[in-house]
Amino acid sequence: MTDVLKIGDREFSSRLLVGTGKYKDFTETREAIVASGAQIVTVAVRRVNIGQNANEPSLLDALPMKEFTYLPNTAGCYSADDAVRTLRLARELLDGHDLVKLEVLGDQTSLFPNMPETLKAAATLVKDGFKVMVYCSDDPIQAKMLEDIGCVAVMPLASLIGSGMGILNPWNLQLIIDQLKVPVIVDAGVGTASDAAIAMELGCDGVLMNTAIAKAQNPVLMAGAMKKAVEAGREAYLAGRMPKKFYSASPSSPTTGLIGS
Amino acid sequence: MLALKINGETRQVSAPCSVLSLLEDMSLVGKRVAVERNGEIVPKGLHATTQLAEGDVLEIVVAVGGG
Repeated sequence: MTDVLKIGDREFSSRLLVGTGKYKDFTETREAIVASGAQIVTVAVRRVNIGQNANEPSLLDALPMKEFTYLPNTAGCYSADDAVRTLRLARELLDGHDLVKLEVLGDQTSLFPNMPETLKAAATLVKDGFKVMVYCSDDPIQAKMLEDIGCVAVMPLASLIGSGMGILNPWNLQLIIDQLKVPVIVDAGVGTASDAAIAMELGCDGVLMNTAIAKAQNPVLMAGAMKKAVEAGREAYLAGRMPKKFYSASPSSPTTGLIGS
Repeated sequence: MLALKINGETRQVSAPCSVLSLLEDMSLVGKRVAVERNGEIVPKGLHATTQLAEGDVLEIVVAVGGG
């Protein structure tokens, strides 16, 4: 059985997408990401540090572009204009690479998305030829709007970025999954392996995480756990779980042939 | 001399100065960087022929770890 994640015209066998921030060093970054089995890695775009040693190791050395699909993000952007500018720079930086992660934040405390600006930026980027994977609130109406604009994947939060609070509103995620045709990827909020499995069991097409791995006590071990959780959750979803039967127990062993009967 | 604003900092360079010569000064040639000049991308292929002007605002960026 081939079960691939199709994003635009690209196909991936791993449904776990990972960020590359918050690690101790590039060695740990690489080890954890390899252990996660992720094929798509998010990267940020930042100003060159003027005066910094230009020969220091870089992320590109640790995670060569021929090995991973880079997903440049707009983390830290609070307006559609800044997000669009950032991704145009990213496209230039990565030799015309068009698969991007759009996120327009609304507030520094919650890092909750600013949806009006997100919708505006998405429209501009799609028109400009980008393949947009978009971080958004778990509002099914706006998720559908993003699909209608032409985004290639819609990525609702499960809870706040970096919070590790898990899947707070499975019902909204379910509504989004049921309505959208493009992949739905939970982005933000996963704290541990069971959170990732729950997202996948709901029918999400993938999970994107950074802090849950990078800030685990043992990031490499957690990366492996997340890989298994995403795979297990996906298989459970595909297998189709048994219905829940409240107040109706059903024994798994034969009810006949008991001794002394 | 030209006064440029590079990544938010004012910097003096001797004129004439192309994007490429600025990157040479900054030891960034051969590095994976992208350049925006006054809000517009300067494609790599045009670094050598794009001459900078007084007051230009430049953003020079790299890829870094992020989620």
